[in-house]
Amino acid sequence: MTLKLEPKFGKYGGQFVPEVLMPALVELTEYYEKYKDDAVFNDELDHYLRDFAGRPSPLYYAKRLSREYGVKIYLKREDLVHGGAHKLNNTLGQGLLAKYMGKKRIIAETGAGQHGTACAMAGAAFDIKTEVYMGARDTVRQRMNVYRMELMGTKVIPVKSGSETLKDAINEAMRDWVANVETTHYMIGSVVGPHPFPTVVRDFQSVIGKEVRTQILEKEGRFPDSIVACTGGGSNAMGIFHPFIEEDVDLFAVEAGGSGMKTTEKEALHSATLSTGEDGILHGMRTKVLQNKYGQILESSSIAAGLDYAGVGPELAYLADIGRLRTCNSMDNEALLAFHDLCRFEGIIPALESSHAVAYVKKAAASGELGDIVVINISGRGDKDLETVMGMRK
Amino acid sequence: MRIDEKFKQLKAKKEGALIAYICAGDPAPQATKEYVTALVRGGADIIELGLPFSDPIADGPTIQAGIQRALDSGMTPDIYFRTISSLKLHIPLVVMTYYNLIFKRGLEKFAKDCAASGISGIIVPDLPPEESDELRRVCKENEIDLIYLVAPTTTEERMNRILAEGTGFIYLVARLGVTGARSDVAGSTRELIKRVKTTTPKAVGFGISNGKQAAEIIRAGADGVIVGSAFVDIIAKGEDVAAKLEALARELKDGVKGRQ
Repeated sequence: MTLKLEPKFGKYGGQFVPEVLMPALVELTEYYEKYKDDAVFNDELDHYLRDFAGRPSPLYYAKRLSREYGVKIYLKREDLVHGGAHKLNNTLGQGLLAKYMGKKRIIAETGAGQHGTACAMAGAAFDIKTEVYMGARDTVRQRMNVYRMELMGTKVIPVKSGSETLKDAINEAMRDWVANVETTHYMIGSVVGPHPFPTVVRDFQSVIGKEVRTQILEKEGRFPDSIVACTGGGSNAMGIFHPFIEEDVDLFAVEAGGSGMKTTEKEALHSATLSTGEDGILHGMRTKVLQNKYGQILESSSIAAGLDYAGVGPELAYLADIGRLRTCNSMDNEALLAFHDLCRFEGIIPALESSHAVAYVKKAAASGELGDIVVINISGRGDKDLETVMGMRK
Repeated sequence: MRIDEKFKQLKAKKEGALIAYICAGDPAPQATKEYVTALVRGGADIIELGLPFSDPIADGPTIQAGIQRALDSGMTPDIYFRTISSLKLHIPLVVMTYYNLIFKRGLEKFAKDCAASGISGIIVPDLPPEESDELRRVCKENEIDLIYLVAPTTTEERMNRILAEGTGFIYLVARLGVTGARSDVAGSTRELIKRVKTTTPKAVGFGISNGKQAAEIIRAGADGVIVGSAFVDIIAKGEDVAAKLEALARELKDGVKGRQ
């Protein structure tokens, strides 16, 4: 007996897509309901997560950082997952699902190239042809990631429409899917998009939080007082939060404050969708969206490409509305300082995305709102950001 | 004018309908009146006027570019409704836009603004019937048709639901993919026309660019054709636009009359 998935989180979520795609979403939902608790599927997925991705990732007590910030800090080391980020958890899950569905081709969008790289890894591992849409501007900014994907046999397609960034790459991937829906699986990279994607991606990322449950009990004999994760689309946040939703643990979603909490008719200087966005429809879902008074979507902004998105996962919007999670933000410069802290005190170079979570702990620890024990999700490593950081120092 | 009246008129004359799309404000708000007039002179039976949205996922490169030109020219929903009020058309006009613009304005207000400015129908390519109960209700209250799309991938079950709920006409998506002109008529298009069994008029869009294709689609059993990218292409080229829009509309109208 398979459990039917709920298409909405309160008023958020749903399926706002062209009619052509509706049968594909129904098909994906049915396959996912069939395999999510299937023993054979999960054994195979566990095998890939363990022997290919290198899971479980450690939960590391950050002694020096704890002393520095004045709160006991554990780091969930997703930066040590193969590829250098949590993204592979999702692409292995969806890649395996695509294989079980008999799909011949995988398409995906990528911003900085982290999700694209994880797709390329899954595509090679499962022997499925993979093509990744990437904003033309991003392909220039992140040319090493483009090359990484190409090395693994993935074709990278530069997107020249709109602002030539993540939002436009998603639009273009959806257009491709509309044209090739019968043979192709769209491997969305975050807890966003039409149902069932937000649920599917959350479940595949929940391995993060499930491991934390076991690991923190071993180390502390109790759950942490709070968990802090950076939030763009929100996949690393939902992944670590979800297994703790029913527990007495405070959850903090840290968004990118960018260079300031201001917006104009066309752009926002930040990507703080949960805290400043308004109810809207984007990329097939109802969620909080950065938009102008007419409903045109704004260009978002952040030093961390992985947080630079004008939407957010619908479940996060719901959890924020009902008060189950706290939304907060870190500015570009705060994230940079925290980046250096983690490098210097712990010998860990975090992604600029994850540095936003670290930065919030730095700000909030003194007030006591985080309690005594906090877990920070280090969603990825920072090698990809070195050029950005070097540029900022000049 | 109501859409069903128009189709009745055409049926009596044994003609297919030409539904012509351009995006309002492409390339400037003041151009729209001239271009719509040219399309009507050429023989368009219904005007489908795009209200530009920043992230048009159902549109191909040609119409995306038109939408971008319209946004750059400063087209907004407020200007859109004012423009339409000033058109004073004697044929039906339908608005084509994405759901967020309707949602943001408020469904009730959007429908009222449509009614007040003389719009007869709404097409929302990213709003399947599952999510459209509320919009359907306010459309009904304001006597506006909510026009649904069916695609070659639409299952029988969904087809029945869409046919039961759609009014005005049913928009048949001729092939998988986004909007854009192509040169042939796909076998899947003929098959879809056969599959859609309804008394509501059937209009076929996506990929139609010339009179010969238009004639074939009508012969295959459709009540109308929807042409967008081929018109938007003329606007993009920017030379002698009104005359060329009129000439293409005439060629297509001849096609749907069966003279080709």
